[in-house]
Amino acid sequence: MTAVPSAAVTSAPATKARLARWSAPIIAGVTILVVWEASLALLNPAGFVLPPPSAIISAIFENFSEVWMAARVTGFIIVTGLIAGAIVGVVTALLVTRYRLASEILTPLAVSLSAVPIIALAPIFNAWFGLLSPRSNQMIVVILVFFPIFINTAKGLTQVEPSQIELMESYAASKWRITREVRVPNALPFFFTALKVSTSLAVIAAIVAEYFGGRQDALGPLITQSAGLTRYDEAWAAVLAGTLIGAALYMITEILERVAMPWHVSIRGNDPAAN
Amino acid sequence: MSDHAVNVQRVSKVFNLGKTNEVHAVDNVDLTINNGEFVTLIGPSGCGKSTLLRLIASLVEPTGGSIEVNGKPAEQARLDREYGMAFQKAGLFDWRSVSKNIELPLELMGWSKSERASRAQEMLELVKLPEFGDHHPAELSGGMQQRIAIARSLAFNPSLLLMDEPFGALDEMTREHMQDELLRIWDETDTTVVFVTHSIAEAVYLSSRVVVMSPRPGQISEIIEVGLGDRDTSTREDPEFFKMVTVVREALRSVESQ
Ligand SMILES: Nc1ncnc2c1ncn2[C@@H]1O[C@H](COP(=O)(O)OP(=O)(O)OP(=O)(O)O)[C@@H](O)[C@H]1O
Ligand SMILES: [Mg+2]
Repeated sequence: MTAVPSAAVTSAPATKARLARWSAPIIAGVTILVVWEASLALLNPAGFVLPPPSAIISAIFENFSEVWMAARVTGFIIVTGLIAGAIVGVVTALLVTRYRLASEILTPLAVSLSAVPIIALAPIFNAWFGLLSPRSNQMIVVILVFFPIFINTAKGLTQVEPSQIELMESYAASKWRITREVRVPNALPFFFTALKVSTSLAVIAAIVAEYFGGRQDALGPLITQSAGLTRYDEAWAAVLAGTLIGAALYMITEILERVAMPWHVSIRGNDPAAN
Repeated sequence: MSDHAVNVQRVSKVFNLGKTNEVHAVDNVDLTINNGEFVTLIGPSGCGKSTLLRLIASLVEPTGGSIEVNGKPAEQARLDREYGMAFQKAGLFDWRSVSKNIELPLELMGWSKSERASRAQEMLELVKLPEFGDHHPAELSGGMQQRIAIARSLAFNPSLLLMDEPFGALDEMTREHMQDELLRIWDETDTTVVFVTHSIAEAVYLSSRVVVMSPRPGQISEIIEVGLGDRDTSTREDPEFFKMVTVVREALRSVESQ
């Protein structure tokens, strides 16, 4: 897109671009649902293979209070875990890039933590926090989210144009001031990319962890119990609820990104790669 | 205040000391610059011009010798905010509007909001971009960004202005305009300027002295007094100007052929 300064001139193509951005996934989604429904009607396989979308949607309505409750329980774990993991990740990144000692202690610790298959720890965490406590699942989300946030934010805080740091030093700006004025804004795009990846990671982590323990009225147990009772449409309804939570969090992250860094090329829309 | 703005004594800078990739970027350099003088550094690529400039700015530590600025150690002068700097790369902050970029050093120095805003507008007019204050740097051409960076370096009337090929990215006409503006500002204030360039004509036009440097190790090979008097539009066509250009060219040629 060419840079046209006048708002009146840009608004028409901008609206069109926005329409295109929203219509493409909607058309794709509807097509998939239609093909899905139609092919099941034609092939008519046994019910446990895959229920048609219509059955899943009616399962949601039939069991609305149950699915809604479960989505709220799991959603709470996902959101709190995501926020806590992001905060711990950002704070660690700030410490590590600011203090050498912190870097020498925390970086190897964080890297070795990332090598641990965290989800595999779910049964152990359940033993620590109590089989029916949601704490263990929350911890798993926190740890899983921590790592990408930490690594990416630390990268954004350090990968700064050296002449920009020199400029600040020539004005005798304090280290803290340089962090605030240069490093943090530079890290914002890195942070938001990591946060977007983390939203889906958090959904997966929470639901899989729930297979092993935690509250029994959450999405994970709802999926295993419904599947055990061969109520597959209900199991799929719970999966759909998890999907919607992930999609909603992703969209919220995108909105936050726009608010936090309106200056960035990916948001101003002048980047040819973004279109 | 001492009458020397810059006093460089037997200064050396070795990068990667003791390693296989050791570089003697600056070797045993002596240079004194008087208050209010305009000095350019010129020399082949890699001869240590930028390093010498950054040593004066106390952005890198010398491995030997001492540097005083305005009668105090360079580091103290930096902490007292006596420098303005402009680099070859504009180095503007994308997350700040053009005005806010110019205001950055003023913010660090505690100017009030209204003082900053009016000063930024003044500087924008100086670099002939008065209507671009609210734009973002990414919306400007490379040359326009460079003019903003120069405006930023001049905004707080620093007593010592250090410029590393600041006009390299500009087209010829803008470049000449910026040269004249820089000379005007230099004339109106008591600023001392140390200016790195690759352009012989620019060095001669701007400075009272041209410092010619030679590479490996980085040393001063010659210091040429220009002595053209006040510059005006006729200076660029003055036979005396061309004579000095030839003098500097020959000095550079003998450095290159070493
Ligand atoms: N931070 C650094 N680490 C290691 N070597 C460096 C560093 N900075 C500069 N050098 C080396 O010091 C020498 C002088 O570099 P400098 O940048 O001062 O040259 P210059 O005269 O400014 O060159 P140019 O005209 O190309 O800008 C070069 O050989 C360069 O490789
Ligand atoms: Mg250089």
